[in-house]
Parts: sequence; structure tokens; C-alpha cells
Amino acid sequence: MRTTLPLILAFISGIIMVVSFFINPEQKVLGDISQELLIWASIIGGFSFLLGAVSITRVNWRSYKTRRPGWGYNLVTIVGVFMMAIPALWPTSWLPESMASLAGRNAGSVYDWFFLYLATPMSQTMFAILAFYIATAAYRAFRARSSQATLLLITASIVMLWRVPMGEALLRVIYDGLPEIINTYIMAGINMSVQRGIIIGAALGAATFSLRILLGIERTYMGKG
Amino acid sequence: MLYCFVRHLTTRLLTGLLTIVALVTITPAQICAQEAPAGFFRTDRINMLVAVIFFSIVVLIYTRWAKQGKPLFIRKINGLDAVEEAVGRATEMGKPVLFIPGLQEIDEIETIAGISILGRVAKITAQYETPLIVPVRYPMVLAAGMEVVEQAYTEAGRQDSYNKDTVRYVAGDQMAFAATVNGMMVREKPAANIFMGAFFAESLLLAETGNAVGSIQIAGTARPEQIPFFIAACDYTLMGEELYAASAYLSHEPLLLGGLKGQDLMKLVIIASIIIGIVLTLFGVQTTFTSWFHQ
Repeated sequence: MRTTLPLILAFISGIIMVVSFFINPEQKVLGDISQELLIWASIIGGFSFLLGAVSITRVNWRSYKTRRPGWGYNLVTIVGVFMMAIPALWPTSWLPESMASLAGRNAGSVYDWFFLYLATPMSQTMFAILAFYIATAAYRAFRARSSQATLLLITASIVMLWRVPMGEALLRVIYDGLPEIINTYIMAGINMSVQRGIIIGAALGAATFSLRILLGIERTYMGKG
Repeated sequence: MLYCFVRHLTTRLLTGLLTIVALVTITPAQICAQEAPAGFFRTDRINMLVAVIFFSIVVLIYTRWAKQGKPLFIRKINGLDAVEEAVGRATEMGKPVLFIPGLQEIDEIETIAGISILGRVAKITAQYETPLIVPVRYPMVLAAGMEVVEQAYTEAGRQDSYNKDTVRYVAGDQMAFAATVNGMMVREKPAANIFMGAFFAESLLLAETGNAVGSIQIAGTARPEQIPFFIAACDYTLMGEELYAASAYLSHEPLLLGGLKGQDLMKLVIIASIIIGIVLTLFGVQTTFTSWFHQ
């Protein structure tokens, strides 16, 4: 029963979604059922956030308690979680009127302040670091150790040159139509065809995988098989 | 042998013929309708319906053949063969294996594929008694991941080794997730990093950090824009469809492998359709068949 019931549920839910795709949305019969299913998924997702909160607290608390390497970060994480969650969930009616704006998630609240001045800059910093990581990865990928790597190096150099205004101007000095040739043959030609090949393959793979799930052949996502 | 070959060829030709018949019997008016008609069915999506039915039949035929015990050739995927090797390396070094099932919700097919592969990897780590760390971004993925890993440990007969904190919720924010996992990599120095699922801008942040700490890295994603980053920073990369084939490949179960063969035949049909479409378009022939490509 523990295996069969989820399989039946997966089959029915999947079939409803597939059939509703081919039925006119104005015909409310299946259209509404598919929408209902999506709403249920959102509700279940909302409840599961409690599971996430328990997990993040338990894992970090254990690491802090046993003083594992980097326990300071675990402590900061726990403090951060509650520092953001408590003011956001605190009912505004429980505070004096002068301090009511500090609770909740509106502009000027404690949550908003932490989000704007701590979470966002830290997130942006992480994103900015990506530039350095691209440089190191590109260095490794472009080392001309084989004929394929050399080809990649040459192609990438041409494309990078074409992507910046100064490079484009330089290419136009060599031959006026060179940037257009690069765009037509490298980007819209070779690059696009390879990408589409991967996309078609991935779409077919996803469709086969979905079919295996619908028919109950693929059970590995439940830990079975 | 000749009989088998002829039957195989006939089946393939018949399936191909059926598609073409299906294609030409649909009127251009049905295919080229741009707006959803007022009827019960969406006739503007009838081409997709035909494709879905045909595809399902092909997959089912191959699955049935696999069930009957017919040998199916599946090409070697180096990245998947390396999974056991990577776990073995981690065991020898006494270091953990880090597995990330992507950064999308459980309703994404890539995440489900990642979770399926996680089950296989967890079974191997359970057998070798190698620590496994699975950071996730969504609580629903956490619940599914915990279930899969626990089941894998039970099936491997090592339920006592299962740690409830193996699968852990890390952060809901993309960059916070990347920062936490990078910190884990630097502190725990996992011997193997396995990235399977949907990844975005953080793909290179994760893979480069893993590379810097000297982990063996295997990645798989269906997002074409992230594949170059993984190729540059990882030892093995599964591209597109290989991600979805992974769980079947690792299981060696004929029933699952049958689906892969059906998928290959469908690819063959698509390639043939593209070539026919190109030729017809080049010669300026406008038929129902070519109008399929405008949808």
C-alpha cells in the first residue's frame, strides 16, 4: 500500500494534467481540476517550510553544540534565521503603536531592514564573485592542450572580441562584414544548432522519464527499485 | 538472425510510416490555427497529441520487449560509470560525498531525475559506509530526499548507519545556498561532488570551489547554458538527456532501459523529420508536413 498508493496518485494527477493540456480552458471540467491540483501543491509546499526550518535549526545547532569546525558559522546561521523570522511573524497588534511598523514585512520593518542591508548585499557579493570564477574556469578550458581545446580557444577569442564594441570595430577594420559572418555562422549556426540538439534530446529524455513515472515503471524517485 | 533483423526493420519502418500518415492526415487549417478554438478539444495542439501518443506507444513497445528479455544495447556513459569510482575514492580517503539534486522545486522533472540518481548514489555510499551530504534548497525536496536516502540505506541493509541530517535544508535563496555549500566544501573537503539537476548562475561557483578543494566532480544538467561551466570545472558532465537516462543506466534494469531505446527511436524520427523538412523547404514545397515546423 505504501508503494501502490503514491503510484496511483502520481498516475491520476499526471493524466489529469496531460489531458487538461489538450482541453479548451473554457471547458471547466478538467481545467478546474488541474488548477486545484496546482493549488494543493502550493499548500503542501507552504507546510513543508516548517520541515525546512526544523532541519536548518537542528543541523546547525548540533554542529554548534559539538563545536565542529566552522561552528561559528552555524551559530550565525541560527541567529540569522530567528533574527529574520521572529520580527516578520510578530503580530503588529502586540506592539505599541509607535513601534508597530517594526514588525511584519512592510517597508521600514526590522525584516525589511535586514533584507535590504544584509541579505541583498551579501547575495550580490556572491554573484559578483562569479566574474573571478569565470576567469579561472576559462583559463583552464582555454589552455591549448589538444586540437579541440585550441579550436575552442580560437572560437571563444573571436566571439569575445566580437561581443565588445572595440573588438567589433577592430574586426570591421579587417573586413566590414566580419561581425555579421561571426553572428551568422558561429552564434546562429554552429552554436544554435548544438544547443537545439541538446534541448531536443533533453525534452525527449524528460518526456520518457515522465512517462516512466506515470506508468509506475520508474519508482526510483520514491527510493524504490 | 535474418528474421530478427527483418522484423526489427519492419517495425521501425511501420512506426515511421504511421507518423507520416498521421502527419499528412491532419489538415493545414487544424495545424495553423493560432488561437484556441471554441470546441471541447484544443485542435491547435493536435500535432502535439499525435506526437505524445506515438511516443508513448514506441516507449511501451520497447519496455515490453525489455520485459520479454530481449537484449538492448545502451551506449557507455563515462560520467555514470565514474559514480562508483568517485564513491570508492571517497571511502579510501575517509571523506564524504556531496550530492546536490539541483536548485529547483520537486515539481521540476530535473529535480525528480536528480532525486532518482540520489537513491542510487545513497545505496552505494551505504554499502561502502561513506558519509553522504545532501544540501537542498526547498523543503519539499528535503522531504523527498530524506525518504529516498533512508530507503536506500534500508535496502542496502545499513539502516543503522543512516543519519537524519544527511539530507539538510540549507537556504531558500540561490546565492545563500551557493555560499553555504561552498563553505561546506572548503571545511569538509568532500572527495566527490555530484551535481545532478537544474542549476543556474551558481553552477560555476559550486563547481569551481569543488575543483579548488580537489574533489572529483560529476555534473549533470539539462540546461544548455550551464553545461559549458560544468564542462570547464568538472571531471565528467552529463548533457541533457543523459541526466534523465542516469537512473535507468545505473539500475541496469531492463524495464527502465527499454524506455531509453524508445527515446532513441523517437530521436531518429525527429532527425528524419528535420532532414525531410529542410529538403522540402529548400525546394519550396509547402505541405502539411512542412507546416508542422511553423508551430
